[in-house]
Amino acid sequence: MGQAVAAALIAALILPLIAVAWRAEGWAALPARDWGALWFTLWQAAVSAALSVLFAVPVARALARRHFVGRGVVILLLGAPFILPTLVAVLGLIAVFGRSGWLGALDLPLYGPQGVILAHVFFNMPLAVRLILQGWLSLPGERLRLAASLGFTAKDTFRLLEWPMLRAIAPGVFLVIFLICTMSFAIALALGGGPRSTTVELAIYQAFRFDFDLGRASALAAIQLAIGALAALLTFRLALPSGFGAGLDRTVRRWDSGGWLRWQDWVAILAACGFLLMPMAAVLADGVLAVLSLPSSVWWAALRSLAIAMTAAFATAALALPMALAVARGRDWVEVAGALTLTASPLVLGVGLYLILLPVANPVALALPVTAGVNVMLALPFALRALIPAAQDVTGDHGRLAASLGLSGWTWLRLVGLPRMRRPLGYAMGLTAALSAGDLGVIALFARPGDATLPLAMYQLMGSYRLEEAKAAALILVVLALGLFWVFERGGRHADAR
Amino acid sequence: MRITIATGLTFIAAQACAETLTVYAPDYFASEWGPGPAIAEAFEAETGHTLEYVTGDVLPRLRLEGENTQADVVIGLNTDTAQPARETGLFAPHNVDLSGLTLPVDWTDETFLPFNWGHTAFVYDRTRLQDVPASFADLLDAPDDLRIVVQDPRSSVSGLALGLWMNAVFGDEADEAWAALSDNIVTVTAGWSESYGMFTEGEADMVLSYTTSPAYHIIAEEDDTKAAAIFPEGHYVMVETAAQLAGTDQPELAQAFMDFVLSPEFQSIIPTGNWSFPAKQAGELPAGFEKLALPETALVYTPEEAEALRDDVVEAFQTGLRR
Repeated sequence: MGQAVAAALIAALILPLIAVAWRAEGWAALPARDWGALWFTLWQAAVSAALSVLFAVPVARALARRHFVGRGVVILLLGAPFILPTLVAVLGLIAVFGRSGWLGALDLPLYGPQGVILAHVFFNMPLAVRLILQGWLSLPGERLRLAASLGFTAKDTFRLLEWPMLRAIAPGVFLVIFLICTMSFAIALALGGGPRSTTVELAIYQAFRFDFDLGRASALAAIQLAIGALAALLTFRLALPSGFGAGLDRTVRRWDSGGWLRWQDWVAILAACGFLLMPMAAVLADGVLAVLSLPSSVWWAALRSLAIAMTAAFATAALALPMALAVARGRDWVEVAGALTLTASPLVLGVGLYLILLPVANPVALALPVTAGVNVMLALPFALRALIPAAQDVTGDHGRLAASLGLSGWTWLRLVGLPRMRRPLGYAMGLTAALSAGDLGVIALFARPGDATLPLAMYQLMGSYRLEEAKAAALILVVLALGLFWVFERGGRHADAR
Repeated sequence: MRITIATGLTFIAAQACAETLTVYAPDYFASEWGPGPAIAEAFEAETGHTLEYVTGDVLPRLRLEGENTQADVVIGLNTDTAQPARETGLFAPHNVDLSGLTLPVDWTDETFLPFNWGHTAFVYDRTRLQDVPASFADLLDAPDDLRIVVQDPRSSVSGLALGLWMNAVFGDEADEAWAALSDNIVTVTAGWSESYGMFTEGEADMVLSYTTSPAYHIIAEEDDTKAAAIFPEGHYVMVETAAQLAGTDQPELAQAFMDFVLSPEFQSIIPTGNWSFPAKQAGELPAGFEKLALPETALVYTPEEAEALRDDVVEAFQTGLRR
């Protein structure tokens, strides 16, 4: 089942690419500038991903160790930058780090490769924090209790318990973020300071929009997919199973957190809050006053986005669950297929789907379902990242017992699988919903004016001088996305209460 | 009773004749905040037929669809991208009398019918910038702390217009002009919205936009602080056009729309709907437009010239800014 889904997914990635290549009128060698773009794309993505993971580790550890009032809210808000529309994120970073920003007096050099990396860390560190936090929370409580009774120091705990966990989780997180950063386009250009910061996706956009060189567009898209496949294969070689064995399956309070560790954790949490929340607050605060003056069409657009988000969340769960279980049972290629969708050029995907649908249906009438479908594909890698470790633990820890009891299929899922995967599943669905609500996606490629989603309405407002109202729409978008995230996560967390 | 039936029948008859014209348009044009909805309404009032917009990247989409396109009419192609559109062979002549156009340039194109225009210009905020460059050459020599933000000619029509503008002013030395400008360019964005947003947020002193942009602030926000810097070298003109498809299955209706484009009803929507100048101005422009500073010299390339120059212009941008 999981393998069938993965095969279908690969087909859904490759067919649009073939459709575009098919329509190409000629093939020529890629110009040298495109290779330069490829190099920039790769190195900035590697640095961005490494820094995102590096900074996320102390923050995730602090959040796992500390229990304080409002912790849930902090965790929720720290996830928000990941779902911000790129334009809003750029304006937010400028409002803090720019010339007339809050830190403008420091005169930080915002534009250039360092600006691109800053923006990518801002965007993706939240994802890294959440995924690594999942890892920390999945450490069996018995191990921590045992460690405490053996008198482990914080260093011992790190070396014997936390490091193996990180070794299992961090490479996958790095990969996902690396791949996201290779797809960057508007951010890379806006903060990159000029043509030196050209990425592959921009070259695709140019090839399609101005040159109508479909051969070059599909060749570049194929290179992106190849990078994705290669990076995925390399990373999964590095990731080692944590192999803690089964615990009693409950989270426990930690003992190893007194003294200066407390200070270290608070510094990490406060620094992360400052870095991640200030830019958002700076932009969204401006939007508060304009919210009430938004026309009803923006609210309708919000409703459409909500419908897309809900559809995508459930569809993603239905696809990701069997895929994650297939990976847990040793079908590694399923995971590679899952990571690939991250490097599918949204533009080529959209154009390809358009070409495929054109002979059989009116693609414009299908704009909303197609948007939801593409969102599912794009969210799958994140859902898999969250679900695979849990699926591996479940099959590893309870597989033999379940097999000896003859549990399988629905019964297994209901009694063993779902209860243990509920937390990551809730997270995966929440993330999918939030991402789908905020994704401009293919809707911009083929829509009727009456079909606008909330992100599209926001871009339209911005394109017609209405920056205040655009910020108000962005505020609604963030509230909607975080609300969805919160609801799904809560559903997932109920598992702990029992 | 009889009257009711009669009215009912007329209503049904009217419904039966009402046809729908499909118009491909850029997103900004057809959105609620663009001129599209008002134009559709006026067209319906005038002809009794409905008008439906399909939004997106007009030209790439047309090229993908080829002869099978659903479009009857396209709107929003500008002069700089008209030539590749013409070469698709999908378009029919507009058959509209071009006398009385109020463009700053001569227009004789028989396929692409202009409906609005504006000069490309650097817009600034009076409260933030006192030493406004008096010419393009001045801008190149401006001190480094004059910060401007522009759009990428590879991804945006206004960015391409800047490339052509610099080509028109500096000719073969355009790449050196870009290099001279590079100290002042804070960053290059993919589209106009990002640039203008950055400017509004105070990140740059000047933004590549249009001479008509201040009109939005003057009229809609009652804010007189925005203005366009006027350069004696001349300003590049961007003309947007409409064209009808040769393969349309409702040629009369498509022609009716083409005839409507230069009518006062359509043209009067342009100034405050699109924040640009109408192609055939009837009467006075709305109050506030008289405050705009306008250049004396208008520069423009024909669609053929613009298409021939496009690669060179993009190359000059890339080499100039990479230096």
